[in-house]
Amino acid sequence: MTAADVASPSPVAPDVTDDVVLRLEDLVVEFRAGNGGTVHAVSGISLEVRRGETLGLVGESGCGKSTTGRAIMQLPRPTSGSVLFEGRDLATMSGEELRRVRPKLQMIFQDPISSLNPRRRITDIVGDPLVVWGRGDQRAKVVPEVLEAVGLDPEQVADRRPHQFSGGQCQRVSIARALVLDPEVLICDEPVSALDVSVQAQILNLLEDMKRRYGLTLLFIAHDLGVVRNISDRVAVMYLGRICELGETRALFDTPVHPYTRLLVSSIPTMQDVADLEQIDRGGGEMPSPMDPPSGCRFRTRCPLATERCADETPLMREVLPGRFAACHHPILDHAPEHSGAPAAEKAAGKTTGTTALPRNGQPSREDA
Amino acid sequence: MTAAADDPLALPDPVEPPAAPGEPLLVADDVTVRFHTRNGVVHAVDGVSLDLREGEVLAVVGESGSGKTVFTRRLMGLVTGGRGTEVGGSVRFAGTDLTTLSAARLSRIWGAEIALILQDPMTSLNPVKRIGAQITESILLHRKVSKTEAAKRAVELLRSVGLSEPERRVRQYPHELSGGMRQRVTIAIALACDPRLLLADEPTTALDVTVQAQILDLLADLQARSGMAMLLVTHDLRVVRSRSHRIAVMYAGRIVETAPTSTLFADPLMPYTEALMNAVPPVTGPNHVRLQVIPGRPPDLIRPPAGCKFSPRCPYAQDRCLTEEPPLRDAEPSGPDAPVHRYRCWFPVGSPAWAEAKARNIERGSSAAGTPVTEEMVLT
Repeated sequence: MTAADVASPSPVAPDVTDDVVLRLEDLVVEFRAGNGGTVHAVSGISLEVRRGETLGLVGESGCGKSTTGRAIMQLPRPTSGSVLFEGRDLATMSGEELRRVRPKLQMIFQDPISSLNPRRRITDIVGDPLVVWGRGDQRAKVVPEVLEAVGLDPEQVADRRPHQFSGGQCQRVSIARALVLDPEVLICDEPVSALDVSVQAQILNLLEDMKRRYGLTLLFIAHDLGVVRNISDRVAVMYLGRICELGETRALFDTPVHPYTRLLVSSIPTMQDVADLEQIDRGGGEMPSPMDPPSGCRFRTRCPLATERCADETPLMREVLPGRFAACHHPILDHAPEHSGAPAAEKAAGKTTGTTALPRNGQPSREDA
Repeated sequence: MTAAADDPLALPDPVEPPAAPGEPLLVADDVTVRFHTRNGVVHAVDGVSLDLREGEVLAVVGESGSGKTVFTRRLMGLVTGGRGTEVGGSVRFAGTDLTTLSAARLSRIWGAEIALILQDPMTSLNPVKRIGAQITESILLHRKVSKTEAAKRAVELLRSVGLSEPERRVRQYPHELSGGMRQRVTIAIALACDPRLLLADEPTTALDVTVQAQILDLLADLQARSGMAMLLVTHDLRVVRSRSHRIAVMYAGRIVETAPTSTLFADPLMPYTEALMNAVPPVTGPNHVRLQVIPGRPPDLIRPPAGCKFSPRCPYAQDRCLTEEPPLRDAEPSGPDAPVHRYRCWFPVGSPAWAEAKARNIERGSSAAGTPVTEEMVLT
């Protein structure tokens, strides 16, 4: 799937294109493996992140979601493709140009303790970005402000070191450090998966607050579907280096169109009896190795709807319902009406009356070519 | 009253509750484990009593540091006294007190009668031994069978846990398998001698969500077929909702609430249980929901708070909670055959006393412990 192959290169209507703050075009990240092979971590994804939204990126471990987040930061630079931030391609920028852009793009990581330098005081950890940018004189004013914003008492925490804090508090410090330069985009890579359930909620609420207060755009990478569902405006589902479905959060969860999304949603504990997820064959399937991904559709080896076509032809990302994009030859479009309660899905339902040729449950049809 | 009460997801027990009463298979009585460290004594497990009947699935739910893993290991006899560890209480399995058995006697029970599955399938398998040998090891140890028969049984077991090409798998090494496949192997090893009790400590936490569902389905299926009892230890309440008969919630080394699964979800009495349920992002309804926050963090087990261990974080805490620890007591039975529902709280959720405590704390803006009580903490 290259950008040129996609019917419209941007999965967004033209009139909101101005709002796109970050655009990935045919992003490819490959790593050379020790045995001479190639790890196809990210294989040509195109994605737009709109200003002010939270875009969730979900998928199982090894699907390339974290690599995508890092490739946006140019850590490391992608193998090919472009990352347009406010219209400028980060992938072709010189080191110095990139350095100047980076304050606008910040990142927080999964393990809050190892992402802080254990030997430095909190005030230095949070204040350093200001020093780097020649604004060291503002430290005394800005650092307490931002610590306060993330729910830490500046007087109490400033002189302490990371080991004196719990995981949740360390994640607050990481968020404070990311916010101190007033970024546009915050990339959150599994920000709550190392935290206990009771602390998770604190950080998730905090991220929502900070997003509002600082006018942030969030790219939220996580494997926990419940967490992603709650925080995201739109969700992109990744599988083995490719995006297989993209759409508005509730509609995507209520009426998954891609068989992989359906499998994911049906795997959420307590979700098994929701929506028409009857008798999903979970089989013994697991994600194949990114060293040797299947031909055509990469999900076909686990897909109950797979046909020969899925092996021969890579499905392209296309708009299967208004605002919903899926890369699938056999999208599931016959959700029972009572499950399409979300406004977006209702809108979508109105447009799908002519889709009788599409596969019914579990019975792939060849007529949708 | 609670989110769970009108939740369409509140499932009836999916598995038939175990039939005959009689003597429970496992009775843990006042189990205590303390670790003496340089910084002080860690009260890891503090007087936990539990019982488990034949064929029953009991879930033990708690966050990190709640003592659930140490408790499980103590049940198994893997945590013993000495070298800075202090243990107390008894663990009776099928009438025998395991805590008094010698290591030699215990090893006859391990694997044969009680089996254990751990969180990380990579570290619980031997990396330099073939899969087949790891399965036959316990069969040959506990059963009088020939090597050929044991090898045949290993292939059967791998097939029963859903591994493809079992004949080939027995000759493979753990690193050749994916995480989910490895966990299937550890399950096969655990089930090799048809144990009567399976202890599963976070069996799916290290796995991806689709694989997690597969493994939980598999465990439920094997449990239902063999009728073994299972203790399912997890930090995720959602995981056990449709897969356990009873739940025991642990906090700070003790049980704070125990009830049949459906009762617990419909009618949690301990504020911690309620908070734990509401802190998890919902998977139905609108998104961008403000999550109910549990302030603070899990308690320090070296210096646990006086009174109720949850009181520093509890939005309903009153003066009494700070000084006097509530006992684990029985809830008012809803009928003559009502199942046992125990909880540890002076102001159980939903009671008039609770409503008063809640109103008082909201009015003064803080709990008796001085924790600010905001609207987002008491959404229910």
